[in-house]
Amino acid sequence: MTQLSDSVVARLRTEMQVPDLEGTRYRIVRHLARGGMGSIWLAEDTVLKRRVALKVLDLVAPADDFGARLLQEARILAGLEHRGIVPVHDAGTLADGRAFYCMKYVEGQTLAQHIAAKNIQEKLRLLERIAEPVDFAHAHGVIHRDLKPENIMIGAFGEVLVMDWGLAKVGAPGLRSAENEISTLVLLTPNPSRVTGQGTVLGTPGYMSPEQARGVTTQLDRRADIFSLGAILAFMLTGSVRGEALAVKGNVPRPLRAICEKAMAADPNARYQSAGEMTDDIECYLNGAPVLAYSEGLLERARRIYARHRTAIVLVAAYLLMRVLFILLSRR
Amino acid sequence: MTRHSVVLAAQSDNPAARSRAIEAIAVAYWRPVYKYVRMKWNIDREDAADFTQDFFTRLLEREFLDSYDSHKGRLRTFLRSCCDRLFMNQTRDSKRLKRGGGSAHFSLDLEEAERELAIAPSSESPEERFEKEWIRNLFTQGLQRLRASCECGGKMIHFELFQRYDLEDADSKPSYTQMAREHGLSVTDVTNYLAFARREFRRCVLDQLREMTATDEEFRCEAQALLGVEVG
Repeated sequence: MTQLSDSVVARLRTEMQVPDLEGTRYRIVRHLARGGMGSIWLAEDTVLKRRVALKVLDLVAPADDFGARLLQEARILAGLEHRGIVPVHDAGTLADGRAFYCMKYVEGQTLAQHIAAKNIQEKLRLLERIAEPVDFAHAHGVIHRDLKPENIMIGAFGEVLVMDWGLAKVGAPGLRSAENEISTLVLLTPNPSRVTGQGTVLGTPGYMSPEQARGVTTQLDRRADIFSLGAILAFMLTGSVRGEALAVKGNVPRPLRAICEKAMAADPNARYQSAGEMTDDIECYLNGAPVLAYSEGLLERARRIYARHRTAIVLVAAYLLMRVLFILLSRR
Repeated sequence: MTRHSVVLAAQSDNPAARSRAIEAIAVAYWRPVYKYVRMKWNIDREDAADFTQDFFTRLLEREFLDSYDSHKGRLRTFLRSCCDRLFMNQTRDSKRLKRGGGSAHFSLDLEEAERELAIAPSSESPEERFEKEWIRNLFTQGLQRLRASCECGGKMIHFELFQRYDLEDADSKPSYTQMAREHGLSVTDVTNYLAFARREFRRCVLDQLREMTATDEEFRCEAQALLGVEVG
């Protein structure tokens, strides 16, 4: 048989990745992104005439391996109906045996692109909107385990979506009641022990909590995501990964630095215990109230109170000054 | 273990199974090895051919493969480093390229390999060429499997359409309509037959890759390397 030319080999190599959609309602439009286990494709739903995103595995996987993980991801997403979590429409197996699921196609920017021209207040408001679906997932016993700027999309109309729940884990132990945990497990994962690997390091360095980096996946709880939220906040404020930049860059206000440091504490018990608690502290900062993470000095306190109540303080001071002047003038 | 792996067979104590397995490894790797040594050390074709024969003869004699541990790396990386080591040793001992002594155990089509080497991009590194040759051989063998499978299943028309459309260079590619007319088929049939052949080709290539790896983990890793290319 004649040897294949380099150009033919390159074309075959590309074509081998294109999912075989025979027998499905979808038609490939173009490739969108690559992940560790497969690719995401822009496709057209030929029945509903709308664009969707298909996540397709590269290989036909054994039932208890990546195929199950992809199905688990689809089920987790389907179970989390929230405006900040991309909805899943369909899941199944292609003609060539590869697992896939279909989700809403989100057009927009990644977090890193979006925050380029934002001020601190806008960035903090954005972080609150990122934390909201994360908090919602935690309330349903799901931890994301791979929160990072690349997995946050900002849609064309400003909607914030937390993407890529491929490493998500259900039934986070330790911080939830056992009753709720069991019901969530039954709802989302028929056989979780087969799906969740033990002792495997999954996540992204820089955004991964120390306990996750050690590979103790079975003991991870939602505080691992709190760490990642802290790292994302640090990234938004400094443009760098992880907190070391916080110490270097003096233009990050101390209370915000403290919020990042608390969220990224090495000991999970020293972190915020929920995403809601973290956003409450951010909200306090935005409103000029004292933040939980930071013990301020007397001068800082005075400065904050002045900044928060500037108008009232100026009015009262002006009134007092006028009174003093009036008294002085009337004595003459 | 239910998977058939030529790598494991090549490490076995059964001489017949080992010999067959090394033969299969030689078929898959002689081009990468030959072109790699030609490019890396700039040696002439006779020396490169002797080196290649010697390399696979040593594999047959269990010189390298017994120390291969699939948990520590990929087979192709291991074989390339064995090439480097053998070449350095031969250079050091001043008996470079003598061991083969002209006795050819393996059939090498040097003319074709040289023609391919002549048109390889000059900017390419020997390592890149090694990888490209590895993929090319994987696809060539996948294609042979596809042909055999289509012959068995009475689906040679599927194979012919695939060969005609997917294996031609872009400028000489016929249209679906043209192929439908030539084979007396409808355009829908051409589309369906091609979809079948592509699906089978993918399966054949991955089956071939599975055989050329020692473990499922190595297979997955190599499949990611094969499939993990940017799609335009």
